[in-house]
Amino acid sequence: MRQRYIAARIESDQTVGERDFYNAIWASILRLFGEYGASQTEFGLVEFNPEKSQAILRCSHKALDLVKASIVAVTEIGNGKAAVHLLLVSGTLKSLRRKLPSREKD
Amino acid sequence: MPEDRDAAMKFFTDLHLCPHIGRMDQARPLIEKSSELGYDAVGISFDLGVMQREVEELRDACNTFGVDLVTRANLMPRDSSGLLRNLRVLRRKFEVIAVLCSSKAVARQAAKDRRVDLLSFLSTDTRKRFFDSAEAELASKGTASVEIDMAPLLYLQGSQRIRLLSRLRKETQIARKYNVPIVLSSGADSPRLLRKPDEYAFLSYLFGLDFPNAMRGFSENPKSIVERNKKRLNSSYIAPGVYLVRRGKDCPDV
Repeated sequence: MRQRYIAARIESDQTVGERDFYNAIWASILRLFGEYGASQTEFGLVEFNPEKSQAILRCSHKALDLVKASIVAVTEIGNGKAAVHLLLVSGTLKSLRRKLPSREKD
Repeated sequence: MPEDRDAAMKFFTDLHLCPHIGRMDQARPLIEKSSELGYDAVGISFDLGVMQREVEELRDACNTFGVDLVTRANLMPRDSSGLLRNLRVLRRKFEVIAVLCSSKAVARQAAKDRRVDLLSFLSTDTRKRFFDSAEAELASKGTASVEIDMAPLLYLQGSQRIRLLSRLRKETQIARKYNVPIVLSSGADSPRLLRKPDEYAFLSYLFGLDFPNAMRGFSENPKSIVERNKKRLNSSYIAPGVYLVRRGKDCPDV
């Protein structure tokens, strides 16, 4: 199964933990697409960097649109208001990591 | 893709920011965030009795952050005669005229009036969204576009969001069938509800609007409305296709 890797930036008034972030994305997928939709995403958290407030997520390439919509729809993480912005999508982790520094400058 | 269309796609406009006018502490972060997220122009809705000083303050804030300000009036008439009265007074004062259609009669009148740019509907009450086939047919013969605010998709929950998504899916299909342009706007009153144009386009997947058309809703479609109205507000404009080219001493003696 082909995968897609998504780099995302988190904006929140509070410090966001890895578990809270992961739960917030899952909750958004479940709210919008239900358990059947969520089962098709093969969603996972690959990397979480609290200092840069960045994360790398993984999903099935067939569920990419679904996962992107769910990430954008996040408005709360933990108990605080938050927004998650998409930085980059790539087919391999290697190319994502190569392209990410230039995207961070934007 | 032709070059001019490519340029239009890169110029992003959010025609509906909703800061509280008169509270610059609320407006500035919204404008700053819009600029940061890649918008080139923002539309801010003003009350009908807005003071010139407030407009200039917002224009200065927009200039500071490198975005254009588009002045917008949100009309909320009770009936169609009220709409006509408002349009007579306000059309030449604002760059964009949006009508929040609270009844079917107002919606029909707004769709066929060429002075109206945007047809808006309540997001929280889907029974008051009157964009059906008849409305779309009238709008397709005029110049009005249908506006979809994206922020309610973020802050509404449960059955309210389900009903809104279902309604938006139908409206999108109707608009495309009758070639009525769709304008996507943030409708945000807080920076946390603002997203990049492409992120809103991903969100529009939820109501069946494809990515290229969604991006057009933030670029070409609002840009063409603003450009058309800037020409109309120019002092040389007389009627569609008729411009004053010389006046006074510039006129040759006959």
